[in-house]
Amino acid sequence: MAEELLRIKDLRIKIRGDDGSRELIKGLNLKVDSQKVVALVGGSGSGKTTAGLAIFRLLSESMNVQGGEILFEGKDLLKASVGDMRRLRGKDIAMVFQEPLSAFNPVFTLGFQIAEVLKYHVRLNRRQLRERLYELLELVGLPDPKRVLRSYPHQLSGGMRQRAMIAQAIAANPKLIIADEPTSNLDVTLQAQIIDLFRKLRSDLKMSMLLITHDLGVVRELADEVAVLFDGRVVEFGPARDVLSEPRHAYTSELTKIL
Amino acid sequence: MTTDFSKKNNKVVGTAPVFLNGITHRKVCKEKKSLSQFQIALKRLQRNRLAMICVVILALFYFGAVFADFLSPYSYQNEDRKYSYCPPMKVQFLDEQGKVRWPYVRGYYFTFDEFHKRVYAMDKFKKYSVKIFTRGDEYRLFGIISCRYHLFGVDQPGRIHLWGADARGRDLLSRLIFGARISLSIGLIGVTISFTLGLLVGGISGYYGGKLDHIIMRLCEMLMMVPGFYLMLALMVIIPPSFNSLQRYIAIVVVLSFIGWASLARVIRGMSISLREREYVLAAKAIGVSDFAIVVRHILPHTLSYSIVAVMLSIPGYILGEAALSLIGLGIQDPIPSWGNLLSDAMGIVRIKFAPWILLPGLFIFITVICFNVVGDALRDYLDPTLSKEGS
Repeated sequence: MAEELLRIKDLRIKIRGDDGSRELIKGLNLKVDSQKVVALVGGSGSGKTTAGLAIFRLLSESMNVQGGEILFEGKDLLKASVGDMRRLRGKDIAMVFQEPLSAFNPVFTLGFQIAEVLKYHVRLNRRQLRERLYELLELVGLPDPKRVLRSYPHQLSGGMRQRAMIAQAIAANPKLIIADEPTSNLDVTLQAQIIDLFRKLRSDLKMSMLLITHDLGVVRELADEVAVLFDGRVVEFGPARDVLSEPRHAYTSELTKIL
Repeated sequence: MTTDFSKKNNKVVGTAPVFLNGITHRKVCKEKKSLSQFQIALKRLQRNRLAMICVVILALFYFGAVFADFLSPYSYQNEDRKYSYCPPMKVQFLDEQGKVRWPYVRGYYFTFDEFHKRVYAMDKFKKYSVKIFTRGDEYRLFGIISCRYHLFGVDQPGRIHLWGADARGRDLLSRLIFGARISLSIGLIGVTISFTLGLLVGGISGYYGGKLDHIIMRLCEMLMMVPGFYLMLALMVIIPPSFNSLQRYIAIVVVLSFIGWASLARVIRGMSISLREREYVLAAKAIGVSDFAIVVRHILPHTLSYSIVAVMLSIPGYILGEAALSLIGLGIQDPIPSWGNLLSDAMGIVRIKFAPWILLPGLFIFITVICFNVVGDALRDYLDPTLSKEGS
């Protein structure tokens, strides 16, 4: 019944450093079904974020994909043209960055930056655009949309910024959201709110999500399936409840114990 | 433990914007009203008296250039050989009896001395009242409205030369005001062209990096290798003498901006390289913004505070460049006045001795250049966050 939206097959990524190159990701296998939340869990530096960016084909110059396939709706993104990729970014796949303060451009208002997504992917006139922006802010639970749209990133609190970031990500109704540690910079109450928001978005907008995190608490709250990344490989993949309650790999059981 | 580590990481990434806006933040608390960095710089500029004086002077100059037709008593071509090198006339308020009357100027007549040089003397019996909003040479205001009114002037056959006249008896003040049009506009237009070019080329070069960057930067270096003034001369020589004044003007602007863009492109390229690593650039890519739009919209605005200062400090270069070209006769040609070719009249020591007032355009070039430099310097102090010591 579940339709396969994203499948990563045997993805290998090499990173070039001053002391030669090494393989950061040695074979990543992952599957995100539509309307499912999959968590990619791993320690710092394990290549979670890199994997996320690889889906966008936005790796920095020092990293390159050595092999594998990233199939999105059956199309291999690694073979897609530059133009196709650009049309896809933001429209079909959107990213929620972990630090909204640096992911928003400090010289533009939030209204401008959220509208930018719409400008590139949806044809709207001025009035429709404004209505859509208001609608988005209401969706993510930001009060006083007029003020928010006119303010600059640094003028909002961390929680509001994260909500604005999410509003930007869902603006063009993407099929898949990749959320890179969306809650790691927030305090516990805000974390709970953002998790609630994600849940709401998931049920209301029927979006699928790839949740990149190291926080098993978030995973437990949100994820349907979990992939545990260790030493460049997915060592465990399965329904969240099973993986967290009966970890099969040593690393996973370590993680659950810490929690 | 892992949580702490990643948090630390995030803070490092986020430092730059936080720092950039640090000033703004403190300001916000104080005034309950948020101001952009640029607005704060403007506020501080307003408190700098010297810089404000310079801004006012420049504003006056540009105002004069725009309304030159109206402000000057004659057109720049109006000549009367009887007044060749006529010295500045004094506006007088008292008549022979010492009574105050409406200001007037006296007529001049000339005799020759033993070297056959004209010597001007005031005519006691000819008085010409200075009239406000008087009719004179016809002109087209803003190129459309036909008009004959001038701010001041005297009735024919009298002439008023407040700052003397040149060899052909043309009013120096009028020519000076008209000359401001060319000299002052060349700075603005030249800077606009060369900065557009420099920003785009530098931004693209830094953003893409790699081979393209290499090629562009080597081209820039080739351009910067040749001493500017000689390159300018060489380029001006190519321009055919059949060009009319407008074509010449455009040629000068193009040549000056062609020389000016390279050094800016290099600086902007450096900034672009560091800016492209910012996360908001990655975020912009992730929402599907095209490369060109990222350069123009997400990278170049961050170079704005540098660019504004650079613009202010490089305008004098264009003004001086035009003046230098016109001075040696390669720039604007005679009936059309510019401060440079007005000065070329003052090239001989004899002329300076007997008609020192023809040096006046030089003074105006000097004042303009100083003003731009002072304002640019002040702006740099206020706009460059690396230089500002305190946040208030």
